[in-house]
Amino acid sequence: MSTQTDTRKKAPAGERVADWADGRLGIYSLAKANMRKIFPDHWSFMLGEIALYSFIIIILTGVYLTLFFHPSMNEIEYHGSYVPMQGIRMTEAYASTLDISFDVRGGLLIRQIHHWAALIFLAAMFVHMMRVFFTGAFRKPREINWLFGFLLFVLGMFTGFTGYSLPDDLLSGTGVRFTQGAILSVPIVGTYISMFLFGGEFPGHDMVARFYSIHILLLPGIMLGLVVAHLILVFYHKHTQFAGPGRTNKNVVGMPLLPVYMAKAGGFFFLVFGVIALIAGMFTINPVWALGPYRPDHVSTGAQPDWYMGFAEGLVRVMPGWEINLWGHTLVLGVFIPLVLFGVVLAALAVYPFIESWITGDKREHHILDRPRNAPTRTALGVAWVTGYVIMLLGGGNDIFATHFHLSINAITWFVRITYFVGPVLAFIITKRICLGLQRRDKDKVLHGRESGIIKRLPHGEFVEVHEPLSQSDLYKLTAHEQYKPAEIGPTVDENGVRRKVKLTEKLRVKLNKGYFGGDHQIAKPTTEEYKEITSGHGHH
Amino acid sequence: MKKLSARRRHPLAAVVVLLLALAATGGLYAAFAPADKAQADVTAQSLAIKEGQKLYTVGCASCHGTGGQGTSDGPSLVGVGSAAVDFQVGTGRMPAQQPGAQVPEKPVVYSQAEIDQLAAYVASLGAGPITPTEKQYSPEGADIAKGGELFRNNCAQCHNFTGEGGALTEGKYAPSLEGVSPKHLYEAMQTGPQNMPSFPDTTMPEQEKRDIIAYVKTVNSEETPTPGGFALGGLGPVSEGLFGWIFGLGSLIAVAVWVAAHTAKAKKS
Repeated sequence: MSTQTDTRKKAPAGERVADWADGRLGIYSLAKANMRKIFPDHWSFMLGEIALYSFIIIILTGVYLTLFFHPSMNEIEYHGSYVPMQGIRMTEAYASTLDISFDVRGGLLIRQIHHWAALIFLAAMFVHMMRVFFTGAFRKPREINWLFGFLLFVLGMFTGFTGYSLPDDLLSGTGVRFTQGAILSVPIVGTYISMFLFGGEFPGHDMVARFYSIHILLLPGIMLGLVVAHLILVFYHKHTQFAGPGRTNKNVVGMPLLPVYMAKAGGFFFLVFGVIALIAGMFTINPVWALGPYRPDHVSTGAQPDWYMGFAEGLVRVMPGWEINLWGHTLVLGVFIPLVLFGVVLAALAVYPFIESWITGDKREHHILDRPRNAPTRTALGVAWVTGYVIMLLGGGNDIFATHFHLSINAITWFVRITYFVGPVLAFIITKRICLGLQRRDKDKVLHGRESGIIKRLPHGEFVEVHEPLSQSDLYKLTAHEQYKPAEIGPTVDENGVRRKVKLTEKLRVKLNKGYFGGDHQIAKPTTEEYKEITSGHGHH
Repeated sequence: MKKLSARRRHPLAAVVVLLLALAATGGLYAAFAPADKAQADVTAQSLAIKEGQKLYTVGCASCHGTGGQGTSDGPSLVGVGSAAVDFQVGTGRMPAQQPGAQVPEKPVVYSQAEIDQLAAYVASLGAGPITPTEKQYSPEGADIAKGGELFRNNCAQCHNFTGEGGALTEGKYAPSLEGVSPKHLYEAMQTGPQNMPSFPDTTMPEQEKRDIIAYVKTVNSEETPTPGGFALGGLGPVSEGLFGWIFGLGSLIAVAVWVAAHTAKAKKS
């Protein structure tokens, strides 16, 4: 027996390593199940990848920065290499950030990659979320993954905020003061929360150290877990796809993870890293050395947060300074209302999938994406939300826009106040009309074909444009979507003639549903009969 | 005395007291105010004033009045001093093109000699801050770091961290300090043009002004090094955010489209 084993040829090294690992980790069955997993191809499915890769870049560069950053608010005198700060008293946090920028090898580049990647990470999450929203990819079974994504975005905002506050420079310090003001505006508990958070009166001596733990440990830890859960769910649910021939709710048409997407995703990671590194190498971000150390008695104009907190800045900037004085207590509505709105604007995103499925009553699984035009109400709601968001970003930068477009800051503030209410309504109406127009065009294309641009003159002198019929697959794409019928309140009398009580919530739901699907809220798809009638030969244009 | 006391509640009593008080203050001021120092009437000086008056009559009198007393279109120039004239005319702000929230910087109309003559004339209307000499405003050897601290204490509220400028109410603004000459920086602090408060030597000594000038020259001029690459206007997160979205995410999406367009395709036979 033993001789037999000896004479058998040894397996190649790679296989032996793999065998060894399989014996302990069971990688073969994992790989078998997942290596050939199919993913569909579309550029918009890569937006989330941009977010994922910039997150990885942020973690990698962040680790490097932790090696040199001192999260301490001890006051020292600066004697580093940046001349305009020589001999200035500052916290160790600020001094070590100056050292990272000027005295640590590659420090400034890494800092700039870290910061640019953070801006791009949040922007990519935002755009990815919009893609998921406008294509209806959040519908069952993906609502929980939508929530995970939403949490990642919100946590990303706060990780960013705690991160750019660490250097303890004048700009970020002003931002922290702003946040503290917002916390103080919370009735009853505000003061306590502020005292708890800052370990006493602002700014105290604990802020940087606490923000540091939150920024490098707590929030990224949670985010890392959420990213993993997010990706596991993407695997579990399978990726959504746009309608097309051969694509159904039960399959995924695309290419396998190995080798195609491994190569593409791996390559894309390096492209993302390259683009961000290029930007970081060429363009300054947050030049802390020019800002000076934070002192509560100093403030500068043009103090804005990074873009993802910009809408909160805008809310506070354009809100009239209302306050109520009652029994010796002040309720600062001018700050508290924006704080509440900040939560409401974000929460609207989180709950939307549940509201939509409640209104439509649609509890089925959806793996085929909607084209935004085919869900006009949802698209219009989304555009209205984005409009409000962008208007508030404008409000947050009102002073910069005032100086650079030679406008009055008061005029901009009033413009923002009015358009914050009017803009989303207009955007809703306009978007819906555009969607319906596009639906009409789709219908026209299906029935009459594509405009070829060829003009033909008929014997009797009439000019006509030749229309080319669409290919079968294009026809399918344009007609694959479902069209919903507006809901009706069921019979109010049952078969025995007993009156059924219609609940108020049901009435509301039916009403909203009619608003969603009813009336002229969608253009009826061309029917087979219509199509046959026109293409049967005796049709005419 | 009784008569006076009886009428102390007369409706006109307050007016009478006010008049008396005003008369007393005015009289005391007239009695004790320092008389204007007699200017040393150097011929060159008086010639400059004379020439300045001619320029003034042509270019300035329509708004500031024939004697510099001011009209509804322009403030009085009595006591603004030669430094104010040198700043306003030397940066092209004056003569103003049109009324508005603020008179902007423009190409300079007068030669430096003419500006000096105008300044001499306006200075002759009443004592005020005098055009500084180079020794006063030269940033040579000043403390840049201290200037930075002073700048953040006194200037950054309106002019931004490094003097990029900022918005004030109703279309007014604090202009960018980039490329402003040390002399004009000094004069602006000394005289407080337009919406700017003035920082006379009593509140901000000459040395501190020089420190601030040195700081501004270091952080916001053509020679300012930008170790991080292009500065994107030095405006902070607004321009960074716009750049990040348009060029950062924009180019990444372009790359994504490119990657998605280049995929492994089954060869068509």
